[in-house]
Amino acid sequence: MPLGRTYAVSLVGLNGYIVEVEADIGQTLPAFVLLGLPDASLSEAKERIRAAARNAGLPLTRRKITVNLIPASLPKRGSAFDLAIVMSALAAAGDVRGCGSTIFIAELGLDGRLRPVQGVLPAVMSAVESGFTQIVVASDNAAEAALVPQAHVRGFGTLAEVALAFGADPAEVELPIMVDPAQHPAAARQMRDVLAVPKDMSDIAGQAEARLAVEVAAAGAHHLMMVGPPGAGKTMLAERIPGILPDLTDEQAMEVTAIHSLGNALSCSELQRRPPFESPHHTASAASIIGGGSGIPRPGAASRAHRGVLFLDEAPEYQRRILDALREPLENGELVLHRAAGTATYPARFQLVLAANPCPCGLASGKGTDCTCSPQQRRRYFDRMSGPLLDRVDLQLPVHRVSLSDFSSGTSAEDSATVAARVSAARAVQRERLGRWNLHTNAEVPGRLLQAELRLPRTVTVSLDKAMEQESLTKRGYDRVLKVAWSVADLDGRTSPGKGDVEAALAFRTQERAA
Amino acid sequence: MRTKDKLGQRGEALAAGYLEGAGMRIIDRNWRCPVGEIDLVAVDGSTLVVVEVKTRSSVDYGHPLEAITPGKLERLYLLASKWARAHDLRFSGFRVDAVAIIDDGVSEPVIDHLRAVS
Repeated sequence: MPLGRTYAVSLVGLNGYIVEVEADIGQTLPAFVLLGLPDASLSEAKERIRAAARNAGLPLTRRKITVNLIPASLPKRGSAFDLAIVMSALAAAGDVRGCGSTIFIAELGLDGRLRPVQGVLPAVMSAVESGFTQIVVASDNAAEAALVPQAHVRGFGTLAEVALAFGADPAEVELPIMVDPAQHPAAARQMRDVLAVPKDMSDIAGQAEARLAVEVAAAGAHHLMMVGPPGAGKTMLAERIPGILPDLTDEQAMEVTAIHSLGNALSCSELQRRPPFESPHHTASAASIIGGGSGIPRPGAASRAHRGVLFLDEAPEYQRRILDALREPLENGELVLHRAAGTATYPARFQLVLAANPCPCGLASGKGTDCTCSPQQRRRYFDRMSGPLLDRVDLQLPVHRVSLSDFSSGTSAEDSATVAARVSAARAVQRERLGRWNLHTNAEVPGRLLQAELRLPRTVTVSLDKAMEQESLTKRGYDRVLKVAWSVADLDGRTSPGKGDVEAALAFRTQERAA
Repeated sequence: MRTKDKLGQRGEALAAGYLEGAGMRIIDRNWRCPVGEIDLVAVDGSTLVVVEVKTRSSVDYGHPLEAITPGKLERLYLLASKWARAHDLRFSGFRVDAVAIIDDGVSEPVIDHLRAVS
């Protein structure tokens, strides 16, 4: 029976679904029919495939080729199905064989060259989960696909080479001498930037308090808000947080690399081991931060910051609905995006770092005598950030301008490596302590644990209790201070927070109410 | 006579020979009416077969079979019934076949016969 069968993967968000590609050759006039909800770019595959096959020396049969993508109800998009379709058609014609259990993921050039596609890593992960270990990709994608353990990956440069590997007649196949298209230096540069070494903490002069807060935030994975006048160094501090976070675990690195693979046609050849840093501009649209777009929604900055830092500079300037939409990932660690074409779920477990000026003119710090804003303007400025969002921010920190003495003292500050070592040690302590509740960081600890198993003695929390009695602190705020206190203690190597740690944590809280 | 017409005639003759070898009986050639022309009319058992013959000297401008359009097929169906009516003959059914011939005038011509193309 002239029937060919191969497999491909259709990505919906980060989830891949195995697509069976059937090709049938009918004894009638030449035609190419593609069934199974292809989108516009996939429908164009027909033309690419005919040309590519001819130029590989394996012209498609002069008959009617019907290709069906199963399940037919699942919408499929993009050019990654090209290779699976052509191999299926060639198998139906008897030109190749033995490809019935292989996943093919590559786009075809008209010259028969295999071109890399986006999202190879999540696609191969899904394939392996579904029990398909034989994977064929473009050679430019091979390193990325091979990141998946258990995947047996083969990378090829041209369709002709793939056909030969699957038993095509070497006498027929034309192995073209390919002239490599010019490398894109811009793309290569972009990739280097992504992998660039993060900026170092030693660049920051003075700011002892802010440095401590950033370190505590990194240690306990606490969300952080910095309020200060322009030029105080808020952005500088935020940019240095990824540098003091510990390396990602294998599993985390896989998640992070998979998300980046979706947005990057350029293949990543190694796992991204460092936490990502995303700082979208405050004019950014909801779709670019939360994720979205037409068709299957694409990940936004919040998902690209997964396992890393999402930094919102000038936080009150963001559209309120964007800030509010971030509450869901802060709670669940993922974003579920519903669109007409389908629902995509992207992980978004990021550490939120907000920066804000104290008022629209930015001068209302210290005595605030230079500030030209009316009290109403100031209130409106902060009102844009909703209470529920700020409620999830454990650390709220005023950042002051650096004084000349800090700047000129000449004593060099600690570098990121030193701080990172402490943070890493603190994280290890947390994992050990919280492991039995399946938690990893202090920020994740629920309030009931703080009241029960992790309850601190009265003598330690005395200042905190007093603050609550005076009603300057809510119950939630109380829990938050305790979580931060644990992080302070973990950093200093104490097994449980002391009175001083709680007071230090309370200080990060009190300042917020003054602001 | 122009070269392309000569090629076409040679192709039709080759096709006729091939079809007769395949057990069909050729009963008419190049039948014209206002709607169009039938290259070959044949009978296969009790079925009337209208055959479209496409001959090319190379595939540089596409395979001959690719030159047969859906519109052409539709017209051939119409012509089949017209032919039957004009000759006052009855058949159990009509069929349209296509024969592609690639003949570069040097090597052996390649004949490709498709039955019931539509």
